[in-house]
Amino acid sequence: MVSILTFIVMVIVGAVVLGFIAVSAMFLIWWERKVSAHIQTRYGPMRVGWHGVLQSVADVIKLLLKENITPEGVDKPVWWLAPFFAVVPSVMVFVCIPFGSLFGIDLIPRDLNIGILYILALTSVCVLGIFMAGWGSNNKYSLLGGMRSAAQIVSYEVPLIISVVTAVMFAGTLSMQKIVEAQKEMWFVFHPNMALAFLIFVISATAEINRTPFDIPEAESELVAGFHTEYSGMKFAMFFLGEYTNLFIVSALAATLFLGGWQGPFLPPVLWFLIKTYGIVTVLMWVRWTFPRVRVDQLMGFAWKVLTPIAFANLAVAGWVLLK
Amino acid sequence: METAKENLQTEEFWVNMGPQHPSTHGVLYVELKLSGETVVDCIINIGYLHRGIEKIAENRTYTQFMPFTDRLDYVASMTNNLGYVLAVEKSMKTEVNDRAKYIRVIIAELQRVASHLVGITTFVQDLGAFATPLFYGFREREKIIEFFDELCGNRLTYNYMRIGGVQFDLPKGTDEKIKYIVKYMRPKIDDLESLFSSNAIFTARTKGIGVLSKEKAINYSVTGPNLRASGVKWDLRKDEPYLCYDKFNFDIPTGANGDSWDRYKVRIEEMRQSLRIVEQAIGGLPEGDPTVKIGRIIKPEPGEAYMRTEAPRGELGFYVVSDGSTYPYRLKIRSPSFSNLAVLPELVKGMKVADVVCVLGSLDIVMGDIDR
Repeated sequence: MVSILTFIVMVIVGAVVLGFIAVSAMFLIWWERKVSAHIQTRYGPMRVGWHGVLQSVADVIKLLLKENITPEGVDKPVWWLAPFFAVVPSVMVFVCIPFGSLFGIDLIPRDLNIGILYILALTSVCVLGIFMAGWGSNNKYSLLGGMRSAAQIVSYEVPLIISVVTAVMFAGTLSMQKIVEAQKEMWFVFHPNMALAFLIFVISATAEINRTPFDIPEAESELVAGFHTEYSGMKFAMFFLGEYTNLFIVSALAATLFLGGWQGPFLPPVLWFLIKTYGIVTVLMWVRWTFPRVRVDQLMGFAWKVLTPIAFANLAVAGWVLLK
Repeated sequence: METAKENLQTEEFWVNMGPQHPSTHGVLYVELKLSGETVVDCIINIGYLHRGIEKIAENRTYTQFMPFTDRLDYVASMTNNLGYVLAVEKSMKTEVNDRAKYIRVIIAELQRVASHLVGITTFVQDLGAFATPLFYGFREREKIIEFFDELCGNRLTYNYMRIGGVQFDLPKGTDEKIKYIVKYMRPKIDDLESLFSSNAIFTARTKGIGVLSKEKAINYSVTGPNLRASGVKWDLRKDEPYLCYDKFNFDIPTGANGDSWDRYKVRIEEMRQSLRIVEQAIGGLPEGDPTVKIGRIIKPEPGEAYMRTEAPRGELGFYVVSDGSTYPYRLKIRSPSFSNLAVLPELVKGMKVADVVCVLGSLDIVMGDIDR
């Protein structure tokens, strides 16, 4: 039986998480524009608020006011559902993200004992949204983008999950909270095995969330915008929200699994978690605005011929180290 | 299960790339027949930027037509100006004085550097390095544009060359300014080269992509850096010297394989050679008055003249037919990008979609030059 109090707590937690997701995505969009601008010897948004901090708010208002256009010839149910499939799984992932603790309360909506498995299962669902968008749009560019995305995400999931498994082996648990606690003595990343796993994780995560140099599903210069070419207004905003939420999630995962999560001296745990996460986000942005894009066959070759074998070898060595 | 497999079939499909597409460098329209990601066929449609410039020429006096040449290859307006004035001067059988020649060489070579900066950085942008190299290239180009601005008051369409000279003499302090540009540009070109050449992804994307053989390049009359990248040492500045190019020491960089990588490398090296020419020219700049000495009304003798020059993108030819009046009877422009683009279908068949963009970027076309 769910008592009324539990229900109220659930609603409040849900509202807080949703609020955090929205604010975080808006902050990340602004941050990405600023980082890219400074890499490119310009300022980026400067007009709306101090150094343009409110730019994303203005953008959201603009997108809300946009007309909802449904192009002719789209597969309506698929086309309508796609943005939700892109966002909802990312939101659901937040159930298991450990933010640390504040005033003695653990900031994790629910510490599932299979936390990391749950997260990986949900992040795989995101590809469905992209593929549905590509298929439903009735546009050849979108279809190509969707196909590429499906192939890419499925391929890079293998090294990603294996590198996560390495972390799980070291921690001896699937629960996110316990994985963080297992790094009390030493962050996992300082172990040679885990350092390699961390690298593999970050590379495959970049591919998972379709960022340069693995952004071929979107591929501005080839496919115009790929799977979301036909979307406008709030539906486009949903894809955007999903994209930046995913960026936050993979960075949070990297911080939790390899960099000791919310643990750190002096500062409160929440702050440590956010510092680490946004640090990784910034590195991913730096990479995005510096590298060209790989070709689709090179990308697949890299996943199957390089990353996956290394990840497996690393896993085997990690097993040997742990058993020794 | 068996029947299901038999019923499965794949289908080749057409994709329209352009005329509104971020990486077709303007309004190029390419029809691609794809089998999955592989290009089976490629048809180029041009004409979206056709303004009838050759016909306009017949209704303008020789002087009035000058601004229209700016709009051909708008990334390198100065060299278009130059090609046109040289053609008209040839039909009039006049020559400009030494100072005007030197100034024209300096301007043309600086324009070549500016144009290649745009060409290379947009090429890397097409490979997906979103905007960052482009900003760097444009920042460097800005130095040259600022100098042109001081020289003639325009930043893109200069209208600076004149039949029988140039519009203005170099302003005071130009020596230092140009020497500064040369000094500034050299390390920046090295920077750009190390930024791209040391990037494993860039190397993997360009090496062996869009290989243009020597024979094919000549058969398609590809010119400029694209021809030289295929290993043909052909540069009008050396092989058919005009102005005073025979007085300067410079090398003609050539490539070995004719792939996108070589085309990029040749452009980088050409910028360095252009700076060498600029340095020598500013060092030996003769005294005199480079402005126009011949009369205002230009009336070449009846006859025809063809003058070709080495523009940044290749061989730019102007064919002028005169009937003795103040209007050209016919003006035909041989634009380098037109021939360079024609070879695209040969290069991309059997490659991936992403390579079409790569090859197109490496050919460095300007639609204004193609459609005219």
